[in-house]
Amino acid sequence: MTRLAAALVLLLGVLYFALPLYGMTEFSLRMRRGVYSLDAYRVVLADPQFQETFAYSAFMALVTIVVGVVLVVPTAYWVRLYLPRLRPVVEFITLLPLVIPPIVIVFGYIRLYNTSSFLPLTGSSSGTTLLLLFGYTVLALPYMYRAVDTGLRAIDVRTLTEAAQSLGAGWITIMGRIILPNVLVAVLSGAFLTFAIVMGEFVMAALLNRPAFGPYLQLTGANKAYEPAALAVIAFAITWASMGLIQLVTRFQKFARAER
Amino acid sequence: MTADLEIARLEKSFGATRVVRDFNLAIAKGEFVSLLGPSGCGKTTVLRIVAGFETATAGTVGIGGQDVTGLRPNQRNVGMVFQAYALFPNLTVAQNVGFGLRVKGVPRAEIRARVAEMLELIGLADLGGRYPFQLSGGQQQRVALARALAPRPRVLLLDEPLSALDAKIRVALRNEIRAIQRALGITTIFVTHDQEEALSISDRIVVMNGGMAEQVGTPFEVYNRPATRFVATFVGSLNTFEARAEDPAAGRVSLAGVSLRLAGPLAARPGDPVGLALRPEQLYLGRGPGHEVVLPARIEEVAFLGSVIRLRVSAAGARLALDTFNRSDSPPPPVGSTAEVSFSARDMIVLGA
Repeated sequence: MTRLAAALVLLLGVLYFALPLYGMTEFSLRMRRGVYSLDAYRVVLADPQFQETFAYSAFMALVTIVVGVVLVVPTAYWVRLYLPRLRPVVEFITLLPLVIPPIVIVFGYIRLYNTSSFLPLTGSSSGTTLLLLFGYTVLALPYMYRAVDTGLRAIDVRTLTEAAQSLGAGWITIMGRIILPNVLVAVLSGAFLTFAIVMGEFVMAALLNRPAFGPYLQLTGANKAYEPAALAVIAFAITWASMGLIQLVTRFQKFARAER
Repeated sequence: MTADLEIARLEKSFGATRVVRDFNLAIAKGEFVSLLGPSGCGKTTVLRIVAGFETATAGTVGIGGQDVTGLRPNQRNVGMVFQAYALFPNLTVAQNVGFGLRVKGVPRAEIRARVAEMLELIGLADLGGRYPFQLSGGQQQRVALARALAPRPRVLLLDEPLSALDAKIRVALRNEIRAIQRALGITTIFVTHDQEEALSISDRIVVMNGGMAEQVGTPFEVYNRPATRFVATFVGSLNTFEARAEDPAAGRVSLAGVSLRLAGPLAARPGDPVGLALRPEQLYLGRGPGHEVVLPARIEEVAFLGSVIRLRVSAAGARLALDTFNRSDSPPPPVGSTAEVSFSARDMIVLGA
């Protein structure tokens, strides 16, 4: 009886998630009357605005990942090695973006960096893009920090650092040749999550008026019928591909089975 | 003796706790010195100060005549082997061994040759392509040793390198470490809490307690002529006695009403209590040649350990440990039987403060 109930609950859960997806995908294939076709996808992919916004967001995602890695890996490493007592504080700070809505962050930015402020970043297109990059880095912080910190937990950071130091290595060598390769899987997990988040982000990009994929999704959704469904399927595929890649890199790490 | 490694007036405090106090040690080139002591005695801290991982509160560390106290760990050119192996999991055995050379910017061909030489030395010549997780504990520690030695460090520091290994490998590897150290003639500090390990492979032993060096001497000296009560009790096992000084200048004491003459004069006044000790192997089952003290005893326990038989006997109101060599023609006495035990007062150790 309990097994049956469990199966029933599972079925309901699967339906809850799968039905809208199915409906959306099915609808995206019905642009041509009476037959299933990929016309909606063809139209969307051929749209120059799609290409532009997609490229812009992908580029922003990659830069966000780089900035995030450069910021988070040394910080998490340093905190673990020398400031273990500050770990709860740093963890709290990195979790703040989950609590503070992006709209608050972006309004804060606009207020601080508007054209009449001491640092008028919103006055130029590149300045605004930079602000957006900061915003994305903040959004990605909880995922990146958690992932890297978990990766660091799996290795004996202190002893490995000391071993490298006694062999003559400086900080750059230690970070680049020992720490980063050993937390690479964790960093990649954080990176793919970041990619997925940035690709779908709407609020910051819209309010900073940047030509990103999120606002384009919204714009298309407001004006067309079949294309938004196709776009949603594409966005969903990106997210799932990112998740799949996380699984893949974890499995293919050569030394992943190391007894740590 | 010209010191290759010189530690002078070393002090280290963590907050209000002084973990190393007035520690002085001069080690000659090629010497193998062990820091021996219970956990928390400051031995690892001394080693970490020499490596540069801890900063001394006061005092200096000199290597090869150069004061390295202010140098960072990566500037000191010391090789270190850790208890937890600390091999880089993302690098192969060969890359691990060649790491220090690569950091130094040594040409590739030279690195390859040196790595091959080191792997040959530790007997793992054909495992260069493996990753650390594919090796046993003993193999990992050998690789760690090769990695520490590859850049030709001035000093080799071993931080309890055998503690994580099982007994048989521990003995084999400690002999191997000593043989390699001798062959290379590298000045070495070995930290351990295992007295047998320290006694078996060291040129000299520093017995540490409460952050201080209680005694520095050869294994023979430390074992047979312990300078303090702590050294006597920490290194080896002991039977202890309380005696009274009779004629201190002549080394004469009274023990349970019997007057004994010790090997040397005593620093005590007549009538003062004197702590005496006797190693189990100095107590003889039967009447030993030249033994002036003979006591009737009762055998309480017999432990057959192979080459040695350890007996517990009660004699003169005390329970004493007695070690005797195994001989195939004389089985150990049965428990409960009576026997005589004897010893020479000259073998007794005077326990200091």
